[in-house]
Amino acid sequence: MAKHNPQTPAKLETTGHEWDGITEANRPLPKWWLWTFYACIVWAIGYWLLMPAWPLVSSYTKGWLGYSQREVVAEQVAEAKAAKAGFRDKIAASDLVTINEDPELLRFALAGGEAAFGDNCAPCHGRGAQGAVGYPNLRDDSWLWGDGSLNAIHTTISHGIRADDPKTRMNQMPAFGRTGMLTEPKIDDVADYVLSLSGSGSGDHEAIERGSKIFAETCAPCHGADGKGNAAAGVPDLTDQLWLYAGDKATVVESIRNGRGGVMPNWSARLDPETIKELAIYVHSLGGGR
Amino acid sequence: MLMTEAKLSRATSADGAPERLPPSVGSAGAATGDDNESLYASRVKVYPKEAHGRFRTVKWIVMAVTLGIYYIVPWIRWDRGPYLPDQAVLIDFPARRFYFFFLEIWPQEFYFVTGLLVLAALALFLVTSVAGRVWCGYTCPQTVWTDLMIAVERFWQGDRNQRLRLDKHPWSAETLWRKGATHLSWLLIAIATGGAWVFYFADAPTLAKQLFTLQAPLAAYLFIAIFTATTYVLGGIAREQVCIYMCPWPRIQGAMFDRDSLLISYRTWRGEPRGPHKSGQSWEGRGDCIDCHQCVAVCPTGIDIRNGPQLECIQCALCIDACNEIMDKVERPRGLIAYDTMRNLTAAGQEAVPLRIIRPRVILYAVAIVIVSAIMLVALLLRPDLDVNVLHDRNPIYVRLSDGGLRNGYTVKLLNKLYAPHSFKVAIEGLPGASLSIIGQEKETEPVVVVPPDDLQAIRLYVTLQKEGAAALTGDSTDFDIVVTDVAGGERTVHKATFRGPER
Repeated sequence: MAKHNPQTPAKLETTGHEWDGITEANRPLPKWWLWTFYACIVWAIGYWLLMPAWPLVSSYTKGWLGYSQREVVAEQVAEAKAAKAGFRDKIAASDLVTINEDPELLRFALAGGEAAFGDNCAPCHGRGAQGAVGYPNLRDDSWLWGDGSLNAIHTTISHGIRADDPKTRMNQMPAFGRTGMLTEPKIDDVADYVLSLSGSGSGDHEAIERGSKIFAETCAPCHGADGKGNAAAGVPDLTDQLWLYAGDKATVVESIRNGRGGVMPNWSARLDPETIKELAIYVHSLGGGR
Repeated sequence: MLMTEAKLSRATSADGAPERLPPSVGSAGAATGDDNESLYASRVKVYPKEAHGRFRTVKWIVMAVTLGIYYIVPWIRWDRGPYLPDQAVLIDFPARRFYFFFLEIWPQEFYFVTGLLVLAALALFLVTSVAGRVWCGYTCPQTVWTDLMIAVERFWQGDRNQRLRLDKHPWSAETLWRKGATHLSWLLIAIATGGAWVFYFADAPTLAKQLFTLQAPLAAYLFIAIFTATTYVLGGIAREQVCIYMCPWPRIQGAMFDRDSLLISYRTWRGEPRGPHKSGQSWEGRGDCIDCHQCVAVCPTGIDIRNGPQLECIQCALCIDACNEIMDKVERPRGLIAYDTMRNLTAAGQEAVPLRIIRPRVILYAVAIVIVSAIMLVALLLRPDLDVNVLHDRNPIYVRLSDGGLRNGYTVKLLNKLYAPHSFKVAIEGLPGASLSIIGQEKETEPVVVVPPDDLQAIRLYVTLQKEGAAALTGDSTDFDIVVTDVAGGERTVHKATFRGPER
């Protein structure tokens, strides 16, 4: 309102600032605001004395109450562990099939297994257990070692593959090229034959024919005459659509020439038995378990 | 009514404005004016006198109703069956549920609470633009509790004049017991207030028993202590200081009035020039205001309404009651102080200014309220008792099988909002040749998932297409349905899902 408002008190002191007829009153702050400010200062000093506050050269003032966030976290972790103890004891006492059929234990084991998988297995097998070149996909229906049962998975996790463990899973794909057992042209032919087993490759019939004879002599003892492998001994099936390395010819030639020998640690040396059980249950639940 | 009063007008002198500083400035800023020495002002204590009249009665009723709601609501029971709490209004933090009579809100449905808050805000805007600070004057907890504390003070120490006298006297035994009784009563009210608060967060009868046997959780005692302290300090001691210096709302509300808002106003044109009046004297050439200061005496914030609209005025209408009483005594018409609009005040009784309640802003707020209410109502009616959330695995998106088939993994969450356990059959439709398996139920031909009452059950679901089915897919993403059927009722819930495969 630009007009003078007759209701405006005449003697109201202003700061002299004016915007379109609106003036700013100059009013003192209430005293209790000032006291609130002083109270905050006193509070701050009290806080410095009671709680960790000031950084020193190599340490800090600890405070009379001796409060430490690290200790609080450690206590909370211990509490959480204690809360899980009942389930952990049950998992320790039960066999894998029992755990898998008890809905409550199964849920607990899956949660624990997922966490342990992320911490320990994901670096090689991937966060989603989808695998990578040389590291098997744990979600598909094909198992390099064992039949995909809970016990087979548990054995693999416990003792590893080609690990420093008396019960470890062990076999060897020889380096046929490097050791001179097969010449380069023969390797090439065998590779053609191997690719043809799963319906891929060049389709060069003569090479496949030559390769099949070499395969029967050199490879069949382990991979079987039909190339279906032997999961009990960790020999891969060459007829399916899945490749641990890759399904192109150069990679297959490379495998025959220099051999393969991926390793997996024996986790029984690193993890407690309950965690390994949880891991076995979790991996079994990813889709490939039988 | 306003019009008849307006016709009784007389000319207002141009310098009819009060020449003194308003007491509000005096109360907050004793140091203003010529002596500019202190930047801080001591508080000037307010001794509100008891008012009698229509608005005081309304305020007593509002106080009884609002306090009644606050104290009684946690004790209302509401049957929800054997599995759930039977408290009508309960904020259950450990279980993450909010119960409100027939409504139960899960954390992900918090938008219902947001909607309620939006409605509350809009209602506040609407009321404020029509009739000013009605919220502040009648229903704000600060106002209600302050009013209660003042009533208690009046009970122990007497009305304004007796309290003034008590404070002027040197301390005596009488001062001590009267003040002591006041503060003790305030503390008891504060404890009851804090005590009632915690009942909204736990089963009230159980918690009450625990509180008295000293077995309640520490948090309960802690929050009672906090709310006792705030009620005692804010309602008993700080009072008008909260409204004047702590609350942002008075500043915001100023922007919501316009020239047609009904605000508590002193009709300057009728009251000035003011001055004492002796019975039998003529009213010619003078205003109706006899300068008796009753409007100031009853004011809980200690201002003089005759200085015009002020930030400190919470528009509690007690000055209207006080002034009307005086007008009756001096046999002048009531309404020297009344709810009136700026437009009508400016007209100064010279012309009839009709009341314009329906204005663009009022219509806007009303329409917004209707729209928000309608949205909330529809959302509430469409709210399913059973909800299905399907999360497709993202890593890996799909898994290739040894025969060239494909498998997709899903996490399916079944939300059972009913108050009894329910069993559900899970099946898939629209994906020829696909098979389904649920972790933990691999052996079942017809897997049944049991969801506890008022709870959520997450299951891992695998959908597998063998070689032929996978070869028949036409793209890298195929839509299909996950069908959840209530075993008992046979109701089907269909949820769209996608099956992913390699690019083609």
